[in-house]
Amino acid sequence: MNARKIVFYFAIAVALIVLPMFLQVFGNAWVRIADTALLYVLLAIGLNIVVGYAGLLDLGYVAFFAVGAYLYALLASPHLSETFPVFAAMFPNGLHTPIWMVIPIAAGVAGLFGILLGAPTLKLRGDYLAIVTLGFGEIVRVFLNNLDHPVNITNGPKGLSQIDPLSFFGVSLGKPFSFGGYQISSVMMYYYLFLVCVLVSIVISHRLAESRVGRAWMAIREDEIAAKAMGINTRNLKLLAFGVGASFGGVSGALFASFQGFVSPESFTLMESIMIVAMVVLGGLGHLPGVVLGALLLAALPEVLRYVAAPLQHLTGGRLDASILRQLLIALAMIVVMLLRPRGLWPTPEHGKSLQTNT
Amino acid sequence: MDIFLQQIINGLVLGSVYALVALGYTMVYGIIQLINFAHGEVLMFGALTAWTVAGILQPAYPGMPDWIVLIIAAIVACTVAAALNFGIEKIAYRPLRNAPRLAPLITAIGMSLLLQTVAMIMWKPNPKAFPSLLPITPFEIGGAVISPTDLLILCLTAVLLVALMWLVNYTSLGRAMRATAENPRVAGLMGVKPDVVISATFVIGAVLAAIAGIMLAMKYGTVQHSMGFLPGLKAFTAAVFGGIGNLAGAVVGGILLGLIEALGSGYIGVLTGGVLGSHYSEIFAFIVLIVILTLRPSGLLGERVADRA
Repeated sequence: MNARKIVFYFAIAVALIVLPMFLQVFGNAWVRIADTALLYVLLAIGLNIVVGYAGLLDLGYVAFFAVGAYLYALLASPHLSETFPVFAAMFPNGLHTPIWMVIPIAAGVAGLFGILLGAPTLKLRGDYLAIVTLGFGEIVRVFLNNLDHPVNITNGPKGLSQIDPLSFFGVSLGKPFSFGGYQISSVMMYYYLFLVCVLVSIVISHRLAESRVGRAWMAIREDEIAAKAMGINTRNLKLLAFGVGASFGGVSGALFASFQGFVSPESFTLMESIMIVAMVVLGGLGHLPGVVLGALLLAALPEVLRYVAAPLQHLTGGRLDASILRQLLIALAMIVVMLLRPRGLWPTPEHGKSLQTNT
Repeated sequence: MDIFLQQIINGLVLGSVYALVALGYTMVYGIIQLINFAHGEVLMFGALTAWTVAGILQPAYPGMPDWIVLIIAAIVACTVAAALNFGIEKIAYRPLRNAPRLAPLITAIGMSLLLQTVAMIMWKPNPKAFPSLLPITPFEIGGAVISPTDLLILCLTAVLLVALMWLVNYTSLGRAMRATAENPRVAGLMGVKPDVVISATFVIGAVLAAIAGIMLAMKYGTVQHSMGFLPGLKAFTAAVFGGIGNLAGAVVGGILLGLIEALGSGYIGVLTGGVLGSHYSEIFAFIVLIVILTLRPSGLLGERVADRA
């Protein structure tokens, strides 16, 4: 690594650390946008393992996000104790599971879901896989919506609220933290937490891609039959890809639930799955910097647009409000970027057959 | 028994709408191996156009019989939908014919989103009441009732299916379509213009979708920008169910799916003792899809094709 590179990385690190303080000047809402963008980056990195590395198009990825979010919501909100006397008896102070327990559980449970959902789809290829995973995503959402009776588990469309904010060593991320006379706001602490998570995920994901497993995934992506002939256990590796990708989704879900303090089925629609897929594909399938770029662009830009949309809304007599404009731009971005750069904005420099041509 | 018969009728009606939409998916998939995600939105545009036309005609010519309004609205809607699908293919799919496999799928999803948004801007997001253009007194058959709209749906679907089968099997365009599906390059060498055939396929699919959209609008009495999504998804399921790329399969799959949904939502409450209600009916289609693809990945009538590496 030469000196220029070190300076470059150092500059990026400083920029990332300073960014929330800079955004804070304009108000907490802007830091929140950065937080959400980082969460999307986390999701996109997770989905990239499934779609980018192993070549399995998953249109129901948000289901794992939902699993993680609901898991944390159930383990750290008054809902279970209020609904079931058993829990109230077991935890008289209410259920407040610490983050150190929730993150592994969320990763594990979501991973298990990933394998469960992956198992029936092993034989399917391409578009069929896409539509089945899409179906799974919808099934999970319908269940979240309807599991409020006969036994109230998810509280139906009303969702779960009063979820504990994360806390580290007694420091709650929910309220501002005073540090030698300097106040660090809650959203800013979440920013740093998410930043650390994203960095860890990038390292894990990068190491995975370089490993034996990662190479096997890419071999499956390029040509499944040839991969099989080379002695790769395609079944186990595909399941592993689903599992690992899903556990990333689960962890992001748990973080999301604590960040929002509230979860409802509304947050886990097909549109979200499509957004995450769009981030991965627009950025550059299987290429981490591209995926991060795609996620940042799609997550942050529309949020920023929200603030410039007000005059536009005025101009068009209320027909073009912020959310519609956002959808319009995302849709246009998906089409235009794919038409101009079918391999994404920042694709892998490596050659790859299935990524290049169709025939 | 009356309920059973009623659910069968409902299922058949719903199933024939699915079948019409599924044909559009299956024809496109058969020729260019692409899931046209925007197909459901073409259906929605058809229905909303018909709503607009009916809304203009009825006050302008109060004396005009309703069935003439319906026919004019349908013709306009089919034209708009056909032009729309033609344009979608030209803009979003044709340039990506040789791109990575995921690229056209992403533009298709983008198109679907774009059309929904545009429809939301053009027609506002609120649901609109679709005028009842047919008499509403239902006929009674052995204890069950069938409305004139339902009857029209059944008959029209049958007619359209026969027409489509004739088109595909006995005309030169149909032969060109089948040849292109088999192998576009060789078909090109034999004097078929694959691009023309593909455009024609999209146009035919759009007309069927627009008619299905109007049927749905008349059946449920409302139109909205999001009305195309679920029927589109279910119709795709139906196409896969029957074996994608196979026209007869799409029809069989559509009707079976309609029956499963109708009977399922009619009886799920009774069967599970009220634990699961009919709001789970939305996911029947997906469960059917998953089961079918696990047991018989090429669908009911699909041939087993070897993996092409």
